[in-house]
Amino acid sequence: MAKLIISPAPHVHSGDTISSKMIGVFIALVPAYLVGLYFFGLGALIISVTAVLSCIVFEYLIQRFMIRGALTITDGSAALTGLLLSFNLPTNLPVWIVIIGSLVAIGIAKMSFGGLGNNPFNPALVGRVFLLISFPAQMTVWPKPIPFNTSYLDAVTAATPLAILKGQFSEIPSTLDMFLGNMGGSMGEVSTLALLIGFVYLLMKKIITWHIPVSILATVFVFTAILHYANPEAYIATPVFHLLTGGLMLGAIFMATDYVTSPMNPRGMLIYGVGIGIITVIIRVFGAYPEGVSFAILIMNAFTPLINKYVKPKRFGEAKRG
Amino acid sequence: MGGIHPKGHKLSANHSIQEVTLPPRVMIPLGHYLGAPSMAVVSAGDVVKVGQLIGQANGHISANVHASVSGVVAKIDGHVDASGYKVPSVFIDVQGDEWLETIDKTPEIKRECTLDAKMIVKKISESGIVGLGGATFPTHVKLTPPPGKKAEVLIINGVECEPYLTCDHRLMMEKGEEILVGVSILMKAIGVHEAIIGIENNKKDAIAHLHKLAIGFDGISVMALQVQYPQGGEKQLIDATIGRQVPSGGLPLDVGAVVQNVATAFAIYEAVQKNKPLFERIITITGKSMAHHGNYRARIGIPLAHVVEQVGGVPGDTGKIVAGGPMMGRALSNLDVAVAKGTSGVLFIPAFESARKNMQNCIRCTKCVVACPMGLEPYLLMTQSERSMWTEMESDRILDCIECGCCSYSCPSNRPLLDYIRFGKTNVSKIVRARLVRKN
Repeated sequence: MAKLIISPAPHVHSGDTISSKMIGVFIALVPAYLVGLYFFGLGALIISVTAVLSCIVFEYLIQRFMIRGALTITDGSAALTGLLLSFNLPTNLPVWIVIIGSLVAIGIAKMSFGGLGNNPFNPALVGRVFLLISFPAQMTVWPKPIPFNTSYLDAVTAATPLAILKGQFSEIPSTLDMFLGNMGGSMGEVSTLALLIGFVYLLMKKIITWHIPVSILATVFVFTAILHYANPEAYIATPVFHLLTGGLMLGAIFMATDYVTSPMNPRGMLIYGVGIGIITVIIRVFGAYPEGVSFAILIMNAFTPLINKYVKPKRFGEAKRG
Repeated sequence: MGGIHPKGHKLSANHSIQEVTLPPRVMIPLGHYLGAPSMAVVSAGDVVKVGQLIGQANGHISANVHASVSGVVAKIDGHVDASGYKVPSVFIDVQGDEWLETIDKTPEIKRECTLDAKMIVKKISESGIVGLGGATFPTHVKLTPPPGKKAEVLIINGVECEPYLTCDHRLMMEKGEEILVGVSILMKAIGVHEAIIGIENNKKDAIAHLHKLAIGFDGISVMALQVQYPQGGEKQLIDATIGRQVPSGGLPLDVGAVVQNVATAFAIYEAVQKNKPLFERIITITGKSMAHHGNYRARIGIPLAHVVEQVGGVPGDTGKIVAGGPMMGRALSNLDVAVAKGTSGVLFIPAFESARKNMQNCIRCTKCVVACPMGLEPYLLMTQSERSMWTEMESDRILDCIECGCCSYSCPSNRPLLDYIRFGKTNVSKIVRARLVRKN
């Protein structure tokens, strides 16, 4: 008999690991990625591979040479940050800008706070917003969706529906096109259908719960419906238009639900989701930027510790007494 | 709310209960339950019979201890129990198997109970009966409600939600009628007219069996429950059966409930109807690599090594031996530990499943919060415990923790949440007790 191990209970484990959760999210992202590859072709391939590789490399370099700590690149979180960053970028973005975005996401937003689990803000969104502020010109032209596109930097550009709303002259795509993803936009955000398939997968695998995505989408729907039906001339866009455009679906399903930066219990998640929904609509409708999901999520990320402190889960014995 | 669904691994579910032979020597612990250890009333050299009182309850939360074998008392000495601490124990050298004449050894089932409530509780107290689900709280204390509290319903725990364990399952299958008589005696003792036996759906045969038998008993019903750990927890079972939640810091009686385990009900039947004190219990011996599994009737005090030998010895690949179930049991350093009143089984875990994996950063995935059946925040409590934030821990309701282990079980980063929570709980309890002492 080998040496016996003595440790406190429990003596069994679910077998769940960080990597298995990350792999689950990767699988959920596959449909949206395929749509991105279909409409944006070569450019989508280049920026996604660049972002994933550079995120892994930056995390490795920082852990190896600056922190000199344990390597965590195999847990899949760095690769996921890279992929999510690329989902939020236009596919005609030069490689060097993508690399800068990855450095900001991994180096500043993640590793400088202590690595996975300690970052207050969603790293991919910090990377994206940094690029949006630093390179506004490159970050706000999107290639036109053309099936099996082989162009990259030379792609024909198209305005996004939200930009059209803010004054860029062009024709708004049909609702069906917007639902399927046949419109200008960042690589991974265009197809509502593909993102919803990923959402169903995440729910089935119990990787996330419905609370955050549903509360965000419901809030945006209700808020924009009130505006639109109260004054259709001033607020042309219908609530359905708002749900299908921009980064809302991607943000609600994949960015706002990031474990590390979102609240820890269902009540808190609902507050957080409603907050993101309200801020998104305010920026979209009243702000200068056409799109506000990234900012809304980052702002609510900042409130997450506060929500966790004051919003507690439903305690046993609280609901039903005697 | 909360809870997890670990794999059942009920490998010994179809193995009927067998007798364990007597070893040359037993070590009967005098203090294997909550509260004060009992006082030895025998000394070295005394000749004892099976069922004879050897330890007298000492204080309110304490229970009598009886000889489980006949023979000569060798010594009264400390012996390491499953918790790893030495407890005072009576060592008896076995000679024959001579029972007290007052014990009814006949197999006939005696249904009529002529004793009144007070006498029943007295009998239970004299017979040294404790909760056999594992907590080993003296049963007579639970049956004596504090003034002003009134029991409305008796809940019988046949859940056995711990993976691997099947001792209660087998008992329900083989001693169903005795259990039901025990339940009706309990109903009489606390003056209620309704009893619910809660059994999880993974024991369909036991549900059907007891359901059929219960038709012959007034006020007893069987309730099938969905499979979920830790439904066998007292508070969880009350919620599952009658939909009432015991308030924080409260007792089951606050919502009118008294909970007893099926094995306890059986022990009560034997004590009251057969005059047999509690000196044996059913234990499950199991493990993935075991060639044979089984459920055994073992006398209290028999060394576990002796029991395991009968099942074919310790499997070669064993990395951990657990007394009890895998979720709440205690890891043993050896098998000299004796069968105690609270020993529900011995589980052999293969080496490859024994070691914990390396801990990683908390990724705030909320799995522990979702899994916690008490609605606590294990991730937060662990951090507070690491930083000695006792005041914060108390207001975040650390004392509500039932130590079920769902948090550690579900953590993808393999964080030892419950270890830290237990540590914090111990410290917070000390502070709370000191405060109470100052107040009085």
